[in-house]
Amino acid sequence: MVLKAFFPTCCASADSGLLVGRWVPEQNSAVVLAVVHFPFIPIQVKELLAQVQKVSQVHVAVLGTWCHRQQEPKESLGHFLEGLGAIFSHDPWLQLCRERGTRFWSCKAYHQVSTTPDKSIEDQVMLIFYDQRKVLLSWLHPPTVLPDCQAGDTTASAGGLADIFDTVARSEVLFQNNQFDEGPVRLSHWQSEGVEASILVELTKQASGPVCLLLASLLSLLSAVSACRLWKLWPLSFIRRKLSTCEQLQHRLKHLSLIFSTQKAQSPTQLMKKANMLVSVLIDVALGLLLLSWLHNNNRIGQLANALVPVADVSGFGLCHISASTCQVCLSPGAGVGSFQLPELWEYGERVAEELQHLLQWLMGAPAGLKMNRALDQVLGRFFLYHIHLWISYIHLMSPFIEHILWHVGLSACLGMTVALSILSDIIALLTFHIYCFYVYGARLYCLKIYGLSSLWRLFRGKKWNVLRQRVDSCSYDLDQLFIGTLLFTILVFLLPTTALYYLVFTLLRLLVVTVQGMIHLLVDLINSLPLYSLGLRLCRPYRLAAGVKFRVLEQEAGRPLRLLMQINPLPYNRVVHTYRLPSCGCHPKHSWGSLCRKLFFGELIYPWRQREDKQD
Amino acid sequence: MEDERSFLDICGGPLTLRRRYYSSYCREFGLSSARLSLRSVTAVTCTVWLVAYGLFTLFENSMILSSAIFITILGLLGYLHFVKIDQETLLIIDSLGIQMTSSYASGKESTTFIEMDKVKDVIVNEAIYMSTKPRLDCLIEVYRSCQEILARQKATSASP
Repeated sequence: MVLKAFFPTCCASADSGLLVGRWVPEQNSAVVLAVVHFPFIPIQVKELLAQVQKVSQVHVAVLGTWCHRQQEPKESLGHFLEGLGAIFSHDPWLQLCRERGTRFWSCKAYHQVSTTPDKSIEDQVMLIFYDQRKVLLSWLHPPTVLPDCQAGDTTASAGGLADIFDTVARSEVLFQNNQFDEGPVRLSHWQSEGVEASILVELTKQASGPVCLLLASLLSLLSAVSACRLWKLWPLSFIRRKLSTCEQLQHRLKHLSLIFSTQKAQSPTQLMKKANMLVSVLIDVALGLLLLSWLHNNNRIGQLANALVPVADVSGFGLCHISASTCQVCLSPGAGVGSFQLPELWEYGERVAEELQHLLQWLMGAPAGLKMNRALDQVLGRFFLYHIHLWISYIHLMSPFIEHILWHVGLSACLGMTVALSILSDIIALLTFHIYCFYVYGARLYCLKIYGLSSLWRLFRGKKWNVLRQRVDSCSYDLDQLFIGTLLFTILVFLLPTTALYYLVFTLLRLLVVTVQGMIHLLVDLINSLPLYSLGLRLCRPYRLAAGVKFRVLEQEAGRPLRLLMQINPLPYNRVVHTYRLPSCGCHPKHSWGSLCRKLFFGELIYPWRQREDKQD
Repeated sequence: MEDERSFLDICGGPLTLRRRYYSSYCREFGLSSARLSLRSVTAVTCTVWLVAYGLFTLFENSMILSSAIFITILGLLGYLHFVKIDQETLLIIDSLGIQMTSSYASGKESTTFIEMDKVKDVIVNEAIYMSTKPRLDCLIEVYRSCQEILARQKATSASP
């Protein structure tokens, strides 16, 4: 096998000296980490290497000599360097040499043949340049977990290049000294121009300790409050389960406690997770503040309040107009992002309330040319109309408090855009509660009818459903059973179109509301789970997230060793999102399309955006 | 050492195979396909704009024209950046691995590097997977050279 020498690009212009690094016998490769310059005392070099080895668990050794021929005459240095091979014995012994005026290098590697210790065989060498800083800072995906080495030597190598990356990353302690230090040994590596650091980063690190402690204690207090027994009592626990705002707040609280926990991140993955959560929370709050400033900008809340006051005073308006204004009130906070003018809002609200009533009037007449059963139609229509009347009166009662409620709800946008969106979704759910009620009534009625019809149909054919065996069995009925069964069957069949129509209409309305809520939840999910920090890192510092490496062949001269440049191949964006996405609330549709259609046909209630912890109603 | 040969792809278009022998254990094969022809670009642009103009006379909405311009520009950029592959390169280095690069017309390069430990053998599969779609004769050339290097590598790794 060809001997591969990994040489850092920063040392290519360094003065002559010794090559220090790690030899990987399984891949026949030498990873050069630094160059030790003259003058040095061999004992001190060996001490330094032993220290580094103890701290970093990487077997660093002197691998060979490096000669940069600029001014020194050739012969004397050559002998001197050869003599060093005797002091620091290493097999194979590398001799890298760079001539002045050319870009081409000469590399030789000598193996000691065990039988004749004086003779050595030369090996072919391939030079691979790598950027030390980038390789040190990058994380390889998928990260191969190397076994922890106890005795100082990594005996199991999990794949050639992961090994190289790991070697450089763990030898960080070697890069602590640079050539301007007053220590006994002068090293050249990527930090030899001076240790790279930023004042801001250091200050933040110092300040983060007490800040984290304070915030962690505050957050633990909040968590204790939210987990206390009071919330388990019936009305509060029910409300808590139903409102998505509470879920979102809890989710954020969990994130914040993770970010400000006093434990340091154990692995790069955890660090990225924390950073992603922090950036996500900050962006969320920023968007929320933007929304807040926009809401308060043109005094929209004040405009709404001004619109309500004259309406609430005038009692001479008919039910339609009062219902229109209250519907306008109840619709505008839910639809708060529209930029309608006031008269348009008024007309819009009036229109929706009237539409609902017109719809019911239409159903009570002869909808789409179908002839409904008069009596049932009137009963159902009047029942639903009365329901709307109750609902509108209730909203009318609430109208004096609307402005304050709106204002406080608007304040919640400080906590983040996701909280504001969850509140919007909850408000929509509350305001369309009557649609939900209508849907449940219609669905239950229809469901009863369908089950009755199927059971009586079985009776027609002389069969029965055996509950014990969960199958259809034959059964002999009495004459009066058959008679009554047939009568009921006929009644149900003729009432079917009416019920089916009401069910269809209200199911469609309900599905519309559910779709709108679902879109809002998807948006919240997106904001929650997108790893913005990782994406930013991939954009600005692509070498930090590495999918692999790529090689480029550098200019070559015949007879000279092959020179390659190893660069980092960054991770593609879709893999970044896939690897680092944060866990979300999990509001995904639980049913497939087939089961959804089946449930709709049989009149079973559907809850497509059910939260994970909810129980079935 | 470098040499070039011309081949045909499965559609009959011209392909150029460029071989470079850097050393006995490192070889590179570059397969370049024909560049984007001005004729096809002009033809597509004219069609799109004629259709847009027809819709404009029908609907009298100037948005159609501006959207047609946007679609043309974005479509061309997207095609150059994501679809049109200019050159595919295979770099095989003994004891390191095999690297495959595809360079697109917009200059984007996408690289895959497979380490030698993970390479068992190089085989000629159907040409569907290579975007430049060379014919069998071209593939045989590349295949032979790769097998030479792999055989060498196996021989040196077998002997300690």
